[in-house]
Amino acid sequence: MATREIISSGNELSALAARDAGCKFFGGYPITPSSEIMHEMSDMMPEIGGVCIQMEDEIAGVAAAIGAGMAGVRTMTATSGPGISLKAENLGLAQMTEVPLVVVNVMRGGPSTGLPTRVSQGDVAQAKNPSHGDYKSITLCAGSLSECYTETVRAFNLADRFMQPVFVLLDETIGHMHGKAVVPTEEEIRDGIVPRKQFDGPAEEYFPYQCEHDQPAVLNPMFKGYRYHFTGLHHDKKGFPTEEIETCRKLIQRLEDKVELHKDEIELNEEFFLEDAEVMIVAYGSVSLAAKEAIRHLRAEGIKAGLFRPITLWPSPQDRMRELAARIPKVLCVELNIGQYRDEVQRSTGRLDIEGLFKVNGRPISPYEIVNKVKEL
Amino acid sequence: MAFNYDKYLRLEKMPTLWCWGCGDGVILKAFVRAIDKLGINKDDVCVVSGIGCSGRFSSYVDFNTVHTTHGRTVAFATGIKLVNPDKYVICVAGDGDALAIGGNHTIHGCRRNIDITMIVINNFIYGLTNSQTSPTTPQGMWTVSQKAGNIDPTFNATDLAIAAGASFVARETMLDPKKLEKVFVKALEHRGFAFLDVMSNCHINLGRKNKMASAMENLEWIDSITIPKKKYDELSPEEQLNKFPTGILKEDTQAAEYCDMYEEIKKVHQGNRKTITQNDFEKKI
Repeated sequence: MATREIISSGNELSALAARDAGCKFFGGYPITPSSEIMHEMSDMMPEIGGVCIQMEDEIAGVAAAIGAGMAGVRTMTATSGPGISLKAENLGLAQMTEVPLVVVNVMRGGPSTGLPTRVSQGDVAQAKNPSHGDYKSITLCAGSLSECYTETVRAFNLADRFMQPVFVLLDETIGHMHGKAVVPTEEEIRDGIVPRKQFDGPAEEYFPYQCEHDQPAVLNPMFKGYRYHFTGLHHDKKGFPTEEIETCRKLIQRLEDKVELHKDEIELNEEFFLEDAEVMIVAYGSVSLAAKEAIRHLRAEGIKAGLFRPITLWPSPQDRMRELAARIPKVLCVELNIGQYRDEVQRSTGRLDIEGLFKVNGRPISPYEIVNKVKEL
Repeated sequence: MAFNYDKYLRLEKMPTLWCWGCGDGVILKAFVRAIDKLGINKDDVCVVSGIGCSGRFSSYVDFNTVHTTHGRTVAFATGIKLVNPDKYVICVAGDGDALAIGGNHTIHGCRRNIDITMIVINNFIYGLTNSQTSPTTPQGMWTVSQKAGNIDPTFNATDLAIAAGASFVARETMLDPKKLEKVFVKALEHRGFAFLDVMSNCHINLGRKNKMASAMENLEWIDSITIPKKKYDELSPEEQLNKFPTGILKEDTQAAEYCDMYEEIKKVHQGNRKTITQNDFEKKI
């Protein structure tokens, strides 16, 4: 793969990735620690003929972005935890209407206003179910500067493939980290773009929500002769409200199955020194950088530690985690929350003896804290 | 020959779920006639509605249609419009939708003066959820959430829109569909944010408990509280207190429209003009 080197920050790389992936609209609202994404988009979008608008609140930011997505363009918003809380209802509308959208969440300390300028991974559970009702979230988590770029690109392609919002979780440390990133060239990204499916037959034969039980809606752009209806209500094949029992059941089941039955297209993990590991550390985001360094120290001392790093957090890599946990005696989750992902590791592996090293004071976890914790196990 | 609405309606969705005698249907018909009068292609129209009885408006008309979340019509419409500046984007919202839960978006849509036509169907009550107080419910009326009488001051929607900067602001009632059609035509032709307070009846959920249980009684009440702007201006402040002026209340054809202004932003970033400064605007505060 042809690559290039860019010296930048995580937030800026995420914005650059959006532009390269064909994003044409950004709707946002200022919030620490994600604002730099909007700053970058406010320059880049008009430069390429797109639009970046700072809306009156977080709710409007995501609503405008979804509106642009309904109209047919690649679209994005960025925020932090409090912003996701505000956007939640409209994220549910995007799930229900099957409008593709990329949502970057640069995580800070919570709940509530929390620690706005400090790091956390407290929004992991929220990303699974930000809105009420049943649907299946797709959530990616960047663990390096390069991944701020590549995971944002992947999010756009997944959003169009599965026709729903896709979260990219950065954390404050990764978002504000500045350094060299090796990323694919613009041409590579352009060649890899898979736009959303469109129907090109006669309008009277177009039914956007008439699809296989495990496939997403086919939403044509607006103003092109295919007039249909978006609604957050349960809807029929043309998008119109209905309470017909089977139609309602099938719709919600399909929202689940279109992701659940195609997890192989979404799952992405990194396995680091796991072949002979006796201790498996599970970590993601910036914490995984500390974990990798800790593993080198532990290995130097003869302790066989390794890292399992989910890059796709939701849907979780439950099968792979179960396989690994079946042969690795000790499992330690290291997170900047109180075990939000450990719950998932426990569920996936069927083991309740999953250890945890958690921190919720806005400070990062150092490699030595991990080294010491592993030695205690 | 009678006007044929069929071309613009989703006939398979009829009858509507609106109550017998509801004004929503009259407003819908006037809107359709205005689109027809202007000869606008159905594919070039997007109708965005919110939640409430008025929320169903979008599903009955054969345009590109979006039924959004409660109060957010203008925010969704802003995204749709900005990537399609040459299309007609119309918001249809209720009084609770536009002025309570969505008040912030209404204010900022007006302020940006983005080319969206916003039709507020104002029936003075939350009808769909059974008679709770809305921002336009008159003080002293009975609502299910204020059974001792509504003490919340009554909102004047057009005052808000004018203050917030909408370049076209009007009020009409569903009592006069011809006037309504005319004002819809004007609003659609206007380049900028067009805010329309369209007073309508809800004899079921406002009327029954406030001594106007029939559509006619409810409409007579609306007639009694409205007066053409010209006559309104001649009234004393005391007389004006209990009246709402109708007609076009503000029309500024010179005000810069947001999508047009954003084109200038694009020019700056594409190296085709200098950065926008305070000198580009009349107001220099």
